[in-house]
Amino acid sequence: MNWADLNLMPALPEIFLLAALSFILVLDLFIPDEKRDVTYGLSLLTLAACAALQLATFEPFATTTFSGMFVDDPMADIIKVAMYGVTAAVLVYTRQYVADRGMFRGEYYTLSLFALLGMNVMVSSSHFLTLYIGLELLSLALYALIALRRDSAAGTEAAMKYFVLGALASGMLLYGMSMVYGATGSLAISEIAAAIASGHSNAVLLVFGLVFLVAGLAFKLGAVPFHMWVPDVYQGSPTAVTLMLGAAPKLAAFVFIIRILVQGMGELSGDWQGMLVLIAALSMMIGNVAAIAQTNIKRMLAYSTISHMGFLLLGLLAANEQGYASAMFYAMVYVLTTLAGFGVLLALSHAGFECEKLEDLKGLNQRNSWYAFLMLLVMFSMAGIPPLAGFYAKFAVIKSVVDLGAVNMGFGMVSALYLAVFAVMMSLVGAFYYLRVVKNMYFDDKQSDAPIVVRGEMKVLLSVNALALLVLGVLPQGLIELCIEAMRQSLAVL
Amino acid sequence: MDMKSLYLLIALSPLAGAIIAGLFGWAIGRRAAHVVTIAGVAVSAVLSLKVLYGFLNGGAVFNETVYTWLTVGGMEFSVGFLVDSLTALMLVVVTSVSLMVHIYTIGYMSEDPGYQRFFSYISLFTFSMLMLVMSNNFVQLFFGWEAVGLVSYLLIGFWFKRPTATYANLKAFLVNRVGDFGFLLGIGLVLAHFGGSLNYADVFAALPQVKDQTIQIIPGVDWSLMTVTCILLFVGAMGKSAQFPLHVWLPDSMEGPTPISALIHAATMVTAGIFMVSRMSPMFELSDTALNFVMITGSITALFMGFLGIVQNDIKRVVAYSTLSQLGYMTVALGASAYSVAMFHVMTHAFFKALLFLAAGSVIIGMHHEQDMRKMGGLRKYMPITWITSLLGSLALIGTPFFSGFYSKDSIILAVEHSNLAASGFATFAVLAGVFVTAFYSFRMYFLVFHGKERWMDAAHPASHHGDHADEEPDHDHHHGLGPNDKPHESPWVVTLPLVLLAIPSVIIGYFAVGPLVGGDFFNGVIFTNLAAHPGLAAVMPHAEHAFEMGMHAFVTLPFWLALAGVVTAWVFYMKAPQIPAAIKKTFAPVNTLLENKYYLDEIYFAVFAKGSRALGTFFWKICDMLLIDGLIVNGSAKLVGSFSRVVRRLQTGFIYSYATTMIVGVLALITIWFSQLIFG
Repeated sequence: MNWADLNLMPALPEIFLLAALSFILVLDLFIPDEKRDVTYGLSLLTLAACAALQLATFEPFATTTFSGMFVDDPMADIIKVAMYGVTAAVLVYTRQYVADRGMFRGEYYTLSLFALLGMNVMVSSSHFLTLYIGLELLSLALYALIALRRDSAAGTEAAMKYFVLGALASGMLLYGMSMVYGATGSLAISEIAAAIASGHSNAVLLVFGLVFLVAGLAFKLGAVPFHMWVPDVYQGSPTAVTLMLGAAPKLAAFVFIIRILVQGMGELSGDWQGMLVLIAALSMMIGNVAAIAQTNIKRMLAYSTISHMGFLLLGLLAANEQGYASAMFYAMVYVLTTLAGFGVLLALSHAGFECEKLEDLKGLNQRNSWYAFLMLLVMFSMAGIPPLAGFYAKFAVIKSVVDLGAVNMGFGMVSALYLAVFAVMMSLVGAFYYLRVVKNMYFDDKQSDAPIVVRGEMKVLLSVNALALLVLGVLPQGLIELCIEAMRQSLAVL
Repeated sequence: MDMKSLYLLIALSPLAGAIIAGLFGWAIGRRAAHVVTIAGVAVSAVLSLKVLYGFLNGGAVFNETVYTWLTVGGMEFSVGFLVDSLTALMLVVVTSVSLMVHIYTIGYMSEDPGYQRFFSYISLFTFSMLMLVMSNNFVQLFFGWEAVGLVSYLLIGFWFKRPTATYANLKAFLVNRVGDFGFLLGIGLVLAHFGGSLNYADVFAALPQVKDQTIQIIPGVDWSLMTVTCILLFVGAMGKSAQFPLHVWLPDSMEGPTPISALIHAATMVTAGIFMVSRMSPMFELSDTALNFVMITGSITALFMGFLGIVQNDIKRVVAYSTLSQLGYMTVALGASAYSVAMFHVMTHAFFKALLFLAAGSVIIGMHHEQDMRKMGGLRKYMPITWITSLLGSLALIGTPFFSGFYSKDSIILAVEHSNLAASGFATFAVLAGVFVTAFYSFRMYFLVFHGKERWMDAAHPASHHGDHADEEPDHDHHHGLGPNDKPHESPWVVTLPLVLLAIPSVIIGYFAVGPLVGGDFFNGVIFTNLAAHPGLAAVMPHAEHAFEMGMHAFVTLPFWLALAGVVTAWVFYMKAPQIPAAIKKTFAPVNTLLENKYYLDEIYFAVFAKGSRALGTFFWKICDMLLIDGLIVNGSAKLVGSFSRVVRRLQTGFIYSYATTMIVGVLALITIWFSQLIFG
């Protein structure tokens, strides 16, 4: 490694994040419990500073550092800024919740920031090793977060399951990486791509590795049949951590897939396309259908996540710029929607009460019509009802599938139109349980009169968050163009 | 003022009145509402007279597009005016009767809370009717057609709190839909086959090319295009002009206020069908089949609806059935290709029928909203103006020589007698028998109401509620009929003035108009009759040229003696020997029952169409919707999803090893699929 040429600028936000969180970690030791708000405030400040740095170092092209192991391209920039925002929103939404449950400690914030750092590394990796390091950093932080309430049986069980299955998935991922290494002789993404393009690699070995890579990626997304952890972990974790788990990591996972499948193994798109079709179709089906049978709203949203990941894969499997951009848009809208949905659940929870059953939402309109309305926006957006952002997101991915023509399904070519029709039917099935929530809120009688007390900053942020779904649904053009531009500039280089 | 602005003013001034009275009636009050609407219609009426005068002195036909509404794929939808002698005649009839009715309404509706609304409606009706008759294309014709139907619907249900009124307006609406459906199909055929234009002039110009064309509606069977088109258009006329079997709505429409019955359901709207067929005379002349159809329909209506008039006891219903019968006469004239005679009868009928209706309304006011003739009698002493004008109206209706009705009706009978169509035999019998029937029921009504014993004394407090007023609240002290010590009284001048003004044309207009309208060249170039092929009209024309001789000659013809016989019979039955009708009723009980039930047509329609469509609806609901769609598709798929959902839930055991197994199975499946391809494919 040539230290003289080392340009740390592309990694500046990550370096700052690491320094800041180390500072918070040490400082927190000296902060008494009643002044924990300092940690909270510093964490938010760190996120704001990271975002500012990210924007300040923005370049409309890819730059690499650390001997090509770390890349900073427009896609990474946009996703990272989004992740800072999402993490900040999560911290704001969960402030009261964690305080009510004895989780208002320094670890919550430092672990969250470590998870974010892990995601940042994942997003900016141009090498299988950095990818894996980032992934593990994220995962370890999440395992700890889930088990943060050591006395909660559900929490520890969820953490245990996630840990064991995550280890299995990591193993698969590593196995796949080693196969690819065997076939191409490199772990750098650009070199892998070049080796595959040269045609001298062992095809059997490559496809073998590809299957394991896809399995590992599908696990991170929570796509069928690698989804089994999702409902248990979503339900078992404290809602605050569920949100942490369900929001920003999906953005990171999206980039993760782009890095490995598109940038590394784009030449093999004919193969992974078909695998993704299977996984996407199964996810949309299992996710939507199983969600109907749920009575726990966190579990229902877990299955809903599975189905949304199926839709996200629809965009990716198109294997063209339009499709990637639509998937990116879908991921952004999905995260925004999830944030608002869990935000409302967090707002309704209070000390000694978890809002997690479907009945808990009954008559919400009578109790507080504003939160009912926000939740209505969330549910309509998830169901894909115009004019909300979710409609446009679904529309974009389905359109990219329709434009695709036919896909190789392993056993032969199949018209992509079937997939599109299937996706529409499945979103129709999904509309049932989203609308059931709306029905509970508006047409059933309230079950409790507990006052809804929400901190001011959360009230404002949550409203902005949910209304953004409406605004993005009416004016999606800006974000769409941003996604297309980011994809174009990031994929052009490698 | 150029002609275009003149015609626009004729059409739009009633609309302006309607808008002001309708939208701002609450603000401007009752008086201003009737002033503004009457002023609007009066302007139209005066200008219409000017237009008619112009045509009597050889005015020029006006045919221009006023406003292009939209253009779709080469099709132009526009508002255009075609004003010729036919239009001018209708303009005068519509606006003058409308003006009379507007004035009359001041008195008739004086106590009604919906006063301004009523004036707004009748002005709106006038506008719609004017648009209909002034149209130069089928689209605008259809607009006017539907607009008058809508206002008719609104006015029949004017007292919307009464169940009978809402039933009647719904019935009128539904029956008219049947006719309008045919009409619309006819217009569709015109658009499809007559050169792609809906302008009258273009369509008529295309006739020579299309007159021998055939179309196949049922594959393999050729039908004459002209016949199918004309019959479909005529089906529209049957609905609007209440021809058998689509007449059932008209008697029920009497639930509306009496001025409406006079204006819409006697004088103007119901003649729209007659007007339309006359307008389309170049088309109907090309199809003898259609003309036969028209004639048969008219004959049935003329005779059998007249029979029903005999058994009615409600004064308005007698006049309503008389209207149906007279519309039948007009239709018969159309069938005999005597379009000008039909239009002539439209005009004379408008005056004397409006007069009879308004007189009936005056009687109803005088009797304190009693409509049952059996509870009247001897009214001539108390209501002299109403009595005299009613007598004049009745004489005109039965065709007394020199009265207006005589000239038009005698012309019809002459034309039918000389028609060479297959249907003319039956039609001749129907119109002749109709003369007797008309005279009988008209004078039955006349004697029952104005002569004889004063029967309201016997029935001081009638149980039946046939009243003609809006408020039905039980606490309202406004009872039906006269109290024991009340006497009928003559109506105020706003009611009697229109009676007098309508009585004048009812008596004299025929004498002056028969020459130019039937015998002369008033309709030359406007109404087309192929005199060589259809000689009916040719037989009338020589007589019509000499109105006085025609009147004198009448005394030696059959219709006069039939009418006289009808009057005498009525006098004997209801003045001299009231036991005779009672005995006849008893002897011919089945016939009486048949007539009282209006040939059971309502019951048949109810059983076949109402119940049939309900059965069809039930079928679609129970079988198609509940069983197939809801049961199989909706609930079935829901059940499928639900059971699948439970299976998935089972798989989610909660045990890590089963989760790990699933993942490994997934990887295995992917490997199997892609490796089999790689190795074998």
